[in-house]
Amino acid sequence: MVDREKVLEIIEGYRGQDGILIQLLLDLQAEFNWIPREAISIVSEQLRVPKSQIYRIASFYKAMSLCPVGRHSIQVCMGTACQVRGAQKVLDLTGSRLMIKPGETTHDMSFSLRRVNCLGCCAMGPVIVVDKDYHGNVTAEGVDRIIERYD
Amino acid sequence: MPKLTSVRDLEELRREILSERGGEDPNRLWIAICAGTGCLALGAGRVIDAFKAELEKRGLAEAIEIKETGCPGFCEKGTIVVVNPAGICYLQVRPEDVPEIVEETIQKGRLVDRLLYEDPITAEKAIYEDQIPFYKHQMRLLIKDNIKINPKNIDDYIALGGYRALAEVLSGMSPDEVIEVIKRSHLRGRGGGGFPTGVKWEATRSASGQPKYIIINCDEGDPGAFMDRALMEGNPHSVLEGLIIGAYAIGSSQGYIYVRMEYPLAVENSLLALEQAREYGLLGKDILGSGFDFDVRLHRGAGAFVSGESTALMNALEGKVGEPRPKYVHTSQSGVWNRPSCLNNVETLANIPLIINSGADWFCSIGTERSKGTKIFSLVGKVNNTGLVEVPMGMSLNDIIFKIGGGIPGGKRIKGAQTGGPSGGVIPEEYLDTAIDFDELTNLGSMMGSGSIIVLDEDTCAIDLARYFVDFLCDESCGKCVPCREGLRRMREILNGIVSGKGEEGDLDKLEEIARLMRAASLCALGRTAVNPFLSTLNHFRDEYEAHIREKRCPALVCKPLVSYFIQPEVCIGCRLCQKSCPRAAISGEEKEASVIDQSLCTRCGVCLDVCPPKIRAITKTSGKSSDSHSSGMRNANSGSSHKASRGDRS
Repeated sequence: MVDREKVLEIIEGYRGQDGILIQLLLDLQAEFNWIPREAISIVSEQLRVPKSQIYRIASFYKAMSLCPVGRHSIQVCMGTACQVRGAQKVLDLTGSRLMIKPGETTHDMSFSLRRVNCLGCCAMGPVIVVDKDYHGNVTAEGVDRIIERYD
Repeated sequence: MPKLTSVRDLEELRREILSERGGEDPNRLWIAICAGTGCLALGAGRVIDAFKAELEKRGLAEAIEIKETGCPGFCEKGTIVVVNPAGICYLQVRPEDVPEIVEETIQKGRLVDRLLYEDPITAEKAIYEDQIPFYKHQMRLLIKDNIKINPKNIDDYIALGGYRALAEVLSGMSPDEVIEVIKRSHLRGRGGGGFPTGVKWEATRSASGQPKYIIINCDEGDPGAFMDRALMEGNPHSVLEGLIIGAYAIGSSQGYIYVRMEYPLAVENSLLALEQAREYGLLGKDILGSGFDFDVRLHRGAGAFVSGESTALMNALEGKVGEPRPKYVHTSQSGVWNRPSCLNNVETLANIPLIINSGADWFCSIGTERSKGTKIFSLVGKVNNTGLVEVPMGMSLNDIIFKIGGGIPGGKRIKGAQTGGPSGGVIPEEYLDTAIDFDELTNLGSMMGSGSIIVLDEDTCAIDLARYFVDFLCDESCGKCVPCREGLRRMREILNGIVSGKGEEGDLDKLEEIARLMRAASLCALGRTAVNPFLSTLNHFRDEYEAHIREKRCPALVCKPLVSYFIQPEVCIGCRLCQKSCPRAAISGEEKEASVIDQSLCTRCGVCLDVCPPKIRAITKTSGKSSDSHSSGMRNANSGSSHKASRGDRS
């Protein structure tokens, strides 16, 4: 169940301002790690915005997720600099190690894998970000070591 | 802190800050440590903690200030530590180096040799930033202060003369005069379009309708570009000062900063900057007693490349899905909430205080005839010194890549450079001598874009790169208009076919036809320019396309379905490292005997080639017809492309 009070508190922070729907959904995403259906109902009812409009935004943006994600989020940077330094291989290996595809979550809900477009730390590509930790110059052997650390 | 109500107050505050900081004592020691995203990712946080602990231990914590600064650009060599006031520059500093730096340099005044920059050829050491070739050949006007200030503290910016340009504008210039200066400086928008900033401001100023909006575009979506991140993170007040001056010039009372959420530190530092500027009264009502009111809100992007397009960004500011809208009317007439709106790039705005302080003539003295000033490029890819480089417009790509970037790692040959991100193109080796500015890059079939330079070596496949960008844009196309949505998908299908050996005669004609249509009929610039990576690679590397289609061969040995890996039986020592790391168990063989790859199981991931010891190098990678007939050893590679396991292409 979603903590209704928490959702109301986030909405309250934006009361009276225009054009805040995206910001509000980002805050919900940060709070719950995804955007639960109940939260969308509460936002819709409080702001008098059709649910369809909220779903439209939440499904458009990469930073928002409409299904629960794993305890650890793994982002593999697919920016051009990482790409020419072998990011595809790193993504493939991470996926095969976790037995999921990008955009999916492991069965035990421990990891979600996501591709991300350039994090702007191109000097250390290929880059993997687990939760908030950046790992640079990732090699084939490095992938295993990184995942093990969070297992 | 009391609000500043006049220009005199600001100068008074500056004097106070300087005297508090022992401005009279030029020997005061302080340590600058880069705390930009790049260095933090390399462990700068632990270096900072180590310094704090070490100084505490030696009872120096009071006397010596540690400043967590913005990014000076030399990301390759992070963590960067500068010991001031001497300006001794230590590179690749790790926490375990800290006690030695404190003991030797801080306490005894001696250098720690091994942490200084060493020239890879002459082995000569460089002590100061300006002796390092990476910095020496740059002209750093916008990012020079990043290593001197803590971006989380407005006083640091003010101490270096910050907000002086704003004071000058508010106390003695009319909005029209400001616009005139910017027009005379010929500053062109750094976000990619290269539109003259002064003209844009003038159009918004003369548009009817109130309120007017001015917006900082920090939705730096081009993969491989991070100069806006470095400025917004490292010196947010320089951008904010430019914004406030712009707002005054166009007559706006409400501004926005639009930052992509992939840059959490830029979001954090921008928010702090706004708060601190508000406390000092540099934002809000009656700024510096001039009667001018202006405030700014921050809007986080939510992960959509297309939202960096001007009309899409304005939709997002209204809380709608960030898709472009038709531009029948220019946004300077009708933008956010259908009001006159001016969108400027981060780097553009950071130039404004410089122009006001030093004058349009000074600015015009830098650069080429039609592109003035400097440009920050992010130099990435297959290059020794990855990082941000700021150079005057008109420097050649060769100079940037070789003099500043230190050339190509691993002794590889350069193939070209990709500029302008997904909207740009590839410039082959033979044109790298061209002096680059907005117009020259367009003439070469590429564009300035936001300023990424991705260096390509011989191991980069031109078709794979074009496919990468088409794939990227396919994901990022919002799907609103048919030419872009369907055109990109069909292009992706055909290119995927080519790189997996299913290319057919006629594919290139089809791709060119789609490209023509997309260029003519797409709604926004994303679709219109999406064809550039394909067209420029076709133009310069047609033979590679033909090798993929006709010979099913990838000359650069990149396209997975077209390459095979073999173990040379006479070279392999049977250490079985490759067997252990193969994710598909496709390699077999007894210990101390040559291993063999089962081609039917091999997924061509290339891990075996990575782990094969550099002294042995028993694994070959080949592409082309010759590879089909082999089952084990690859003894000659006459008709195909091949190279031995080579290390060091990633330094």
